[in-house]
Amino acid sequence: MFENLSERLSGVFDRLTKQGALSEDDVKTALREVRVALLEADVSLPVARDFVKAVQEKATGQAVTKSVTPGQQVVKIVHDELKSVLAGGDEADLGTLKIDNPPAPILMVGLQGSGKTTTTGKLAKRLTEKEGKRVLMASLDIYRPAAMQQLQVLGTQIGVDTLPIVAGESAVQIAKRAKQQATLGGYDVYMLDTAGRLQIDEVLMKEVEDVRDAVNPRETLLVVDGLTGQVAVEVAEEFDGKIGISGVVLTRMDGDGRGGAALSMRAVTGKPIKFVGLGEKMDALETFDPDRIAGRILGM
Amino acid sequence: EVKRELDDDMLEQLEELLIASDMGVDTALRVTANIAEGRMGRRVSSREIKEMLAAEVARIMDTVARPMPLYPSKPQVVLVVGVNGSGKTTTIGKLASQFRAAGKSVVIAAGDTFRAAAVEQLQVWGERAGVPVLTAPEGSDPASLAFDAMTKAEADGADLLMIDTAGRLQNRQDLMEELAKIVRVIRKKDPDAPHNTLLVLDATTGQNAISQVETFQKLADVSGLVMTKLDGTAKGGILVSLADKFGLPIHAIGVGEQIDDLQPFDPEEFAAALTGLETS
Ligand SMILES: Nc1nc2c(ncn2[C@@H]2O[C@H](COP(=O)(O)OP(=O)(O)OP(=O)(O)O)[C@@H](O)[C@H]2O)c(=O)[nH]1
Ligand SMILES: Nc1nc2c(ncn2[C@@H]2O[C@H](COP(=O)(O)OP(=O)(O)OP(=O)(O)O)[C@@H](O)[C@H]2O)c(=O)[nH]1
Ligand SMILES: [K+]
Ligand SMILES: [Mg+2]
Ligand SMILES: [Mg+2]
Repeated sequence: MFENLSERLSGVFDRLTKQGALSEDDVKTALREVRVALLEADVSLPVARDFVKAVQEKATGQAVTKSVTPGQQVVKIVHDELKSVLAGGDEADLGTLKIDNPPAPILMVGLQGSGKTTTTGKLAKRLTEKEGKRVLMASLDIYRPAAMQQLQVLGTQIGVDTLPIVAGESAVQIAKRAKQQATLGGYDVYMLDTAGRLQIDEVLMKEVEDVRDAVNPRETLLVVDGLTGQVAVEVAEEFDGKIGISGVVLTRMDGDGRGGAALSMRAVTGKPIKFVGLGEKMDALETFDPDRIAGRILGM
Repeated sequence: EVKRELDDDMLEQLEELLIASDMGVDTALRVTANIAEGRMGRRVSSREIKEMLAAEVARIMDTVARPMPLYPSKPQVVLVVGVNGSGKTTTIGKLASQFRAAGKSVVIAAGDTFRAAAVEQLQVWGERAGVPVLTAPEGSDPASLAFDAMTKAEADGADLLMIDTAGRLQNRQDLMEELAKIVRVIRKKDPDAPHNTLLVLDATTGQNAISQVETFQKLADVSGLVMTKLDGTAKGGILVSLADKFGLPIHAIGVGEQIDDLQPFDPEEFAAALTGLETS
């Protein structure tokens, strides 16, 4: 259904027979197509706009090498820029979590149904099996039916401890109890799975701010559905602004969505996308790969 | 009120407003072109232009705003499908409660035998709605649960049987085939069932919703849509593209996590929210 960018651009440049350097007009024409490609990939409008502007400056006046067409040249410039924004200069950071000073708290936040609980389990499994850490998981979701049980079942499946469920506690109380148990029990990491919340829900945003203040997380990960559309920018801005996130996990990247939310998230928060979720199973988690996502956003 | 000439600049701004609602570039262009027709150069205020835009969106959506149809069959089987986390289970709880309040006897089948604590989640909704929930052990075949549930609902003389299913991404062929099998097994019992197959869409979803509708319609014969999470800031503009492309009815919208947070789809309200038109 989506034309990929190369096809779009080859159409544009077939009409241009000029060779030599990319003129301002050539670039402008090409970048209109780039903008549409980004928007079709669900990159948020303001982010797409800024991105196109940055590429325009980079591309104008560039010499077209003999071996490629002007279209291919623009695709390469766009792809490289996209990759560099997505990587954000901290490639060494990808796939790693700050878990020094045991017990290190990791706070998981995000909209309803984005994949927080599942990702909590996946990360706990990874830390346990790949890094030999002792992990404790706790659900602070006192609202959604059977949310706590869901985490408990996952814990049993992957052989990771969960904080015993106690009815009637507040999210902050559970967080404090998790901290205490993690300290006394000699855990390296404790993970706090929270209830889904809208970025505009003042009461629930305040709740998670209080949790943050109670435990001082080493990592606060925003879990975002990779199929998210234009609202990505707003979600990222609000969660980062109110809670302060340290990274992003993009879920459902096993789908056939183009994943433009990755660019929106990265551009708006400046925070690394650390992992991608690639399925429902507990091992379906990979380190974020900027090159692959750049290609995917452009439909290549 | 300040009036400006309707020109290309203004049209571009309108396009962007629509794109920001997740309408998609093509549909946004088409909707603004309809507005522009015969009006270029006319002087309009920003309120007037938003009103025109809202009227156009409402016009497109008017034909698809239809409540879930009820049939005399006993039980009327409602199969609920969709990608992971879209709001299927919650929507079943809300719908069950509404049908109960309308005097229907309802049975729910917990067809998500895969996800951790999916059954327990639905059981809580069953309690809240005052409706029995039929379950099968984790990992068991959802198609055979659906079959058993039909037998049971028939024997009990229930008006409605609502079947929850596990979330699945539409590009997962194995899982889509599992869903097609559920439909086949249901039809063995009653060739007219499922009478309604509801695809639950999340309002925060972007352009991928088109592929969701396309594939779920092909494999599970979707008869209507529900869009959840419209209480957030996502505008659900993709529904306009979907109305255009598929014409499937939109039965209801989810506007929160509580049992009463399900409303009929109202084209005017939807269009006003989408265009940022302040009403009343
Ligand atoms: N296909 C796929 N499904 C996923 C992925 N991550 C999570 N899911 C599924 O998405 C659904 C929601 O995941 P949860 O982990 O319950 O999401 P949550 O954010 O905890 O949801 P709430 O607590 O209700 O806000 C479940 O069906 C998960 O199995 C992923 O990477 N790919
Ligand atoms: N704000 C808001 N949240 C909703 C709405 N509908 C559902 N949710 C929330 O979205 C999350 C996912 O809902 P579920 O009903 O579990 O979704 P599901 O499609 O059954 O998920 P899986 O079975 O895991 O695929 C839960 O946290 C719900 O409370 C809605 O209309 N508005
Ligand atoms: K909304
Ligand atoms: Mg959860
Ligand atoms: Mg469910």
